[in-house]
Amino acid sequence: MRAYVARRLLLLIPTLIGMSILTFGVSNLTPGDPAFAFASRLASRPATPDEVAEARKDLGLEGGLVPRYFRWAGRALQGDLGISFSTRLPVRPELVERARFTLQLAVPAALLSLLIAIPVGIVSAVRRNRLTDQVLRVVTLAGASVPSFWLALLLIVVLAVKWGLVPSAGRGGAESYLLPVLTLAMAPAAVLARFTRSAVLETLSSDYVVTARAKGAREAVVVGRHALRNALVPLVTAMGTSLGALIGGAAVVETVFVWPGIGRLLVEAILQRDYPVIAGIVLYSGAVFAVISLVVDLLYAVIDPRIRLVAER
Amino acid sequence: MTVTMTGTQAAPEGGDEGLPPELGRASHIWRVLRRDRTAMLGVVLVVSLVVAALLAPLIAPHDPNGVDVAKKYRPPSGEFLLGSDNLGRDILSRLLMGARLSIGTAVVAGLAIGLLGLVMGMLAGWFGGAVDAVISRVVDILLAFPLFLLALGITGLIGPGLRNLTIALVSVAWAGYARIVRSAVLAERSKLYVEAARAAGASELRVLVKHVLPNVVAPVLVLTTLDMGVVLLAVSGLSFLGLGVKPPTPEWGSMLAEGRNYLDQGPQMTIFPGAAIFLMVLGFNLLGDGLRDALDPHSTRALTRG
Repeated sequence: MRAYVARRLLLLIPTLIGMSILTFGVSNLTPGDPAFAFASRLASRPATPDEVAEARKDLGLEGGLVPRYFRWAGRALQGDLGISFSTRLPVRPELVERARFTLQLAVPAALLSLLIAIPVGIVSAVRRNRLTDQVLRVVTLAGASVPSFWLALLLIVVLAVKWGLVPSAGRGGAESYLLPVLTLAMAPAAVLARFTRSAVLETLSSDYVVTARAKGAREAVVVGRHALRNALVPLVTAMGTSLGALIGGAAVVETVFVWPGIGRLLVEAILQRDYPVIAGIVLYSGAVFAVISLVVDLLYAVIDPRIRLVAER
Repeated sequence: MTVTMTGTQAAPEGGDEGLPPELGRASHIWRVLRRDRTAMLGVVLVVSLVVAALLAPLIAPHDPNGVDVAKKYRPPSGEFLLGSDNLGRDILSRLLMGARLSIGTAVVAGLAIGLLGLVMGMLAGWFGGAVDAVISRVVDILLAFPLFLLALGITGLIGPGLRNLTIALVSVAWAGYARIVRSAVLAERSKLYVEAARAAGASELRVLVKHVLPNVVAPVLVLTTLDMGVVLLAVSGLSFLGLGVKPPTPEWGSMLAEGRNYLDQGPQMTIFPGAAIFLMVLGFNLLGDGLRDALDPHSTRALTRG
């Protein structure tokens, strides 16, 4: 197990380096001179060559691409993502502050989606091809097809505007979390339910389940103890991918609900062409997602002894 | 989509020695699909929405950009079947014209994703060595990012607009396909028909294009259909965030973004564009689901990529 963990940790390094090169490359291939854009914004008029030169120095944009990359990557590694073009404040503290608000939505949404997905998936698999299963399949497919921004707006129209049950936007008391968490959980719940169904179906037809049935175990024991436990393994992987979708989905949901999270920060930065903020968010969320994927892979090894055994050999 | 699939699959029927397993399948797939009621619902949704988009200029009851402020926020009625918006424009006509941009962008993006993934995957799988190493590393890195977030970031960096949005999506999403095609090509490379074509004196490129390509193109086409709904959701999502077309050009995602400001006065501005996106995505997903079943009744894998 230890060798497996070490190997996976080592593999993380080239991935992170690649991510940083990609992010740096894209943000430096953008049309226009960021130093000019920054200096012009400071001066609220087209900047003079002197001002541009000064901005270039301040922003660390001097020299060729390669030395700049190393400077940028070195600082990013130490948590310095540069200065925001629009607020002129360091990017990282803002990013960390906003990430907290996103997590306050993403964590409950992830839990809620599992809470919905697992029972729905199991029922669907156990009642395979019966009416219950068919209804649940259509519902989950519909759930995976609903644009989250539309669902959010519909919920706002009905629950907030018409009935006034919950606030339509902003972060406040507990009730202000209800709609954003619900909308954010929708897509992963649907996808995970479909995944649970197929995973349980697969284990239900396996030899050990047939054996358990043959020796006369009750259906609840067969499903609960034998099928579900093994179905959990692929579900963990699916959960990891869903978390990635949650991070992306936050951009849309937070925009609709005027939620001060990292997704809205990204959208604001994009609309204001605030390149350091965009690059910082993409790089850091990518890194976080890479770490999540790693944790998922390790969990996978913990749940499924076969993987651990293969890795140890 | 079904039409394209049958067309492309019929192409390699030039009598190559190793008959690709998918070749005889086009008609078989259709037979299985026909019996699958939910898949047929998908076909009906996709076909009718695409036809409506194609015929939009002919069937739109009003000028999609015809402003009539006196008739703003009309609920659905005989004159405005789906109501009117904040400028008195007919929502149905705007939806029909918008369908061309929304569906068109999704289809163009989806096909470009499939094509780029196909080419990259084939290069990596066929030539191996340094080519494979470079392509596979890039694929690994792209897949390590959350898809939508990276597409969003790239659109932000290269600037908004439907063209840039498509470029961003394609440059991110091809990686998953490339990985699948690569392993398919690796499997094909050692097969007898490749050996035979080489012995007959065919050049490497000829073997790759004339013999291997037909065998790996079918799975990519199916995957493209499966993912078309995801692509449409991504396109309309980016567009909703203000990274797509500029108003007043009608497009589903940007119509929703506009409608959001008038939830009180004209909820129809929000309800119908979203319903259009939902029905189109549902159609693609139902069709894709049916296709997956038709191709492999034992397959229980689900696409879960965000």
